[in-house]
Amino acid sequence: MTTIPADTAGAHGHDDHNVSYLHPKGGFWVTVWDWMTTVDHKKIGVMYLFAILTSFFIGGVAALSVRLELFEPMQTVKNAAGDSVVTGMWPFSTLAAYNRAFTLHGAVMVFMFIIPSIPAALGNFVLPLMLGAKDVAFPRLNLFSWYIYVIGSIFAVSAILLGGVDTGWTFYTPYSESAADYGRVIAMTMGAFILGFSSIFTGLNFIVTVHKLRAPGMGWFDMPLFVWAIYATAIIQVLATPVLGVTLLLLTIENIFKIGIFNPALGGDPVLYQHFFWFYSHPAVYIMILPGMGIMSELIATHARKPIFGYKFVAFSSMGIAAVSFIVWGHHMFTAQGELASVIFSGLTFLVAIPSAIKVFNWTATLYKGSISINTPMVYALAFLFEFSIGGLTGLFLGALATDMHLHDTYFVVAHFHYVMMGGTVMAFLGGIHHWWPKMFGKMYNERWALVGAALVFIGFNMTFFTQFILGSKGMPRRYGTYVPEFQTLHQISTIGSMILGLGMLVHLAVFVLSLAAGKKAPPNPWGSLSMEWETASPPIEHNFPHEPVVRHGPYDYDNTVPPQTKPGEFPLPAPDPNAQGH
Amino acid sequence: MTTITNTSASVSQEPWERYKHQPHWRNNEDEFEAAKLGMWIFLATELLLFSGFFCAYFILRMFYPESFRGASEHYLDWRIGAINTIVLLVSSWNVAVAVRAAQVGKKKLLAFNVFFASLLGIVFLVLKIGLEYIPKIHKGELPGGNFWFAGAHGYDPSAYDPMFLSVYWVSTATHGFHVLVGVLLLWWIGWRALKGHFGPKHYTAVENIGLYWHLVDIIWIFLFPLLYLVP
Repeated sequence: MTTIPADTAGAHGHDDHNVSYLHPKGGFWVTVWDWMTTVDHKKIGVMYLFAILTSFFIGGVAALSVRLELFEPMQTVKNAAGDSVVTGMWPFSTLAAYNRAFTLHGAVMVFMFIIPSIPAALGNFVLPLMLGAKDVAFPRLNLFSWYIYVIGSIFAVSAILLGGVDTGWTFYTPYSESAADYGRVIAMTMGAFILGFSSIFTGLNFIVTVHKLRAPGMGWFDMPLFVWAIYATAIIQVLATPVLGVTLLLLTIENIFKIGIFNPALGGDPVLYQHFFWFYSHPAVYIMILPGMGIMSELIATHARKPIFGYKFVAFSSMGIAAVSFIVWGHHMFTAQGELASVIFSGLTFLVAIPSAIKVFNWTATLYKGSISINTPMVYALAFLFEFSIGGLTGLFLGALATDMHLHDTYFVVAHFHYVMMGGTVMAFLGGIHHWWPKMFGKMYNERWALVGAALVFIGFNMTFFTQFILGSKGMPRRYGTYVPEFQTLHQISTIGSMILGLGMLVHLAVFVLSLAAGKKAPPNPWGSLSMEWETASPPIEHNFPHEPVVRHGPYDYDNTVPPQTKPGEFPLPAPDPNAQGH
Repeated sequence: MTTITNTSASVSQEPWERYKHQPHWRNNEDEFEAAKLGMWIFLATELLLFSGFFCAYFILRMFYPESFRGASEHYLDWRIGAINTIVLLVSSWNVAVAVRAAQVGKKKLLAFNVFFASLLGIVFLVLKIGLEYIPKIHKGELPGGNFWFAGAHGYDPSAYDPMFLSVYWVSTATHGFHVLVGVLLLWWIGWRALKGHFGPKHYTAVENIGLYWHLVDIIWIFLFPLLYLVP
């Protein structure tokens, strides 16, 4: 906790002006109530961060159990009655149990972790600070979004506790409406429905914030690129999530009232469900990656001390990705729809790769001749560049119809989306947490051990998922709990990789806990970054800035603003002499 | 805080005159503009929610055109639908007048129009539930797998009638739920209007709930011909 020297207390007459937002307002219960009823975006962001990391842990445990099960193929044995039965190691004594495990992993990771992750945890905290605002546009709606997230998560977790769902996180019909005990499916789909509202209201809040709460002098092209990315994400959140909402609502009503819109036995159309579902879920993957791309711009500019190459191209490419993301959903359905539709969707899918590639080129160009610090945020940014490129390029293999016929529903797909979602978004999220950690908590973290964690994560991740590209191209189907013996070596390497990855995450957890307990106090601007959130204390005071901030330079003006040889911690420079001729 | 001048000539101020914006805004106007933008975005999300129902309607009608035609003619009485349409249109007019009344400070006109609009909303729901839903439940004209209507008055239900009814029930029930929420919101602002919360300088909630009510109306304007006027 930081108390800032009380040089302005007298002038303002109330001392919350000088106290960090983390400073407790009273005793234990007073503090608990304060956090439970806060409308401060910073506190809400911190609560989201803890909840999201907890969801990541739950989904991660599910993933590790899936990988453990796949260490050996299941055996076919004769049970007591003399029937052949497929069984694996405990607790996966049946394939149905395995199906519930990967469904749990997918549903938790998609709906409770990755979609809210960067916008809710980092976006909530950083966006108003970057704009020079005191809060988001609708602070009470923000708190409401948080509680909706909690309630939705409770629904989803209750589905797990009731015994789980085995439909896959995509809930394809008619299987997802065929269970006699459909209560668990409904718990999980309604959980996702409720979580969707949290996403919608967060997106709504961010759009209005960016339009209406920028500091004086900050035009659209003076904003950091993280803001552009969050804005584009918010547009997708607001437009796409309601379609998932109505899809899951219809699925729930199908289950309870048997309306049959998606059920072929009653005259409905199961492919209609797939269209509805993917119309949201494809834009959803851009909700996942765009904020990560926004973080990339911040990490690379700051830790290479260079303006982003092609600012406007990066900004517009975020909007372009958001726009094109709505017209490619059919590439999840190449085997379920007609040929003409597939050809059109395939072509459009190639189109959506272009803005992403523009960003990758621009970040690389930014690094060129930059003054690169090799710290944890930069290491994660470099990991993102490498892994997202692989993930994005392999998406093209899947988008091309001829190759997709062989790769569809194989491990190649699994590897592709893990490379972009984990190798992309999660790496950016981890880099962003480390980058903004000093700002959020006022403490530095142990850089050496964080780098150890990052190394383990990088090695573990690539071991886990690169092998899966090979497995997929050799024909290993996805969502299978067992496999032919030829695939075992690759599966074992993948499993060991996942354990190393898990270990890396635990190292990060330990670094964070130790930082909170005993970390060095953080200066306002440990990285020498030029975006506005660094122009206030670490952690910020409750109202963010002591006086309304004025935009004096762009977020990436390293060439013009920072003298050479300035060490990161020495920035910001002291305020200019008001009597001198200013620049 | 606006200071309340304590002269003998001043009347005690209504709450709307004393309204001060939330601290993170610079002034009342910015806050009002932002609230309107937020509400328009929310309405866009509602429209997309209903778009799923419209999409299901179009696909199923494309599959079973004759069945839809017959089902619409037999199960739905377009006259009830037409009355409901007029009811909602009038209530939308009421709400528009209410917003204008707030802008010119006519408290009684504002309150009357808000409450009358909510009354029309209740009329809508009574007609729907009483004259449509309940008879259908009694006759077994239920969606999908629950359909048990065996035919009457020479009408032989086709195999795909339940599909039409599925779309009908789901879209109108969700719409009806939104009407109910709208009625409750109108009661809330009606009550606040009577307490003097709204006036020329501050009428954000009236404006926004008015917008919501207009959306509910417009969705019905599309549902009505698609469901009731097929033949």
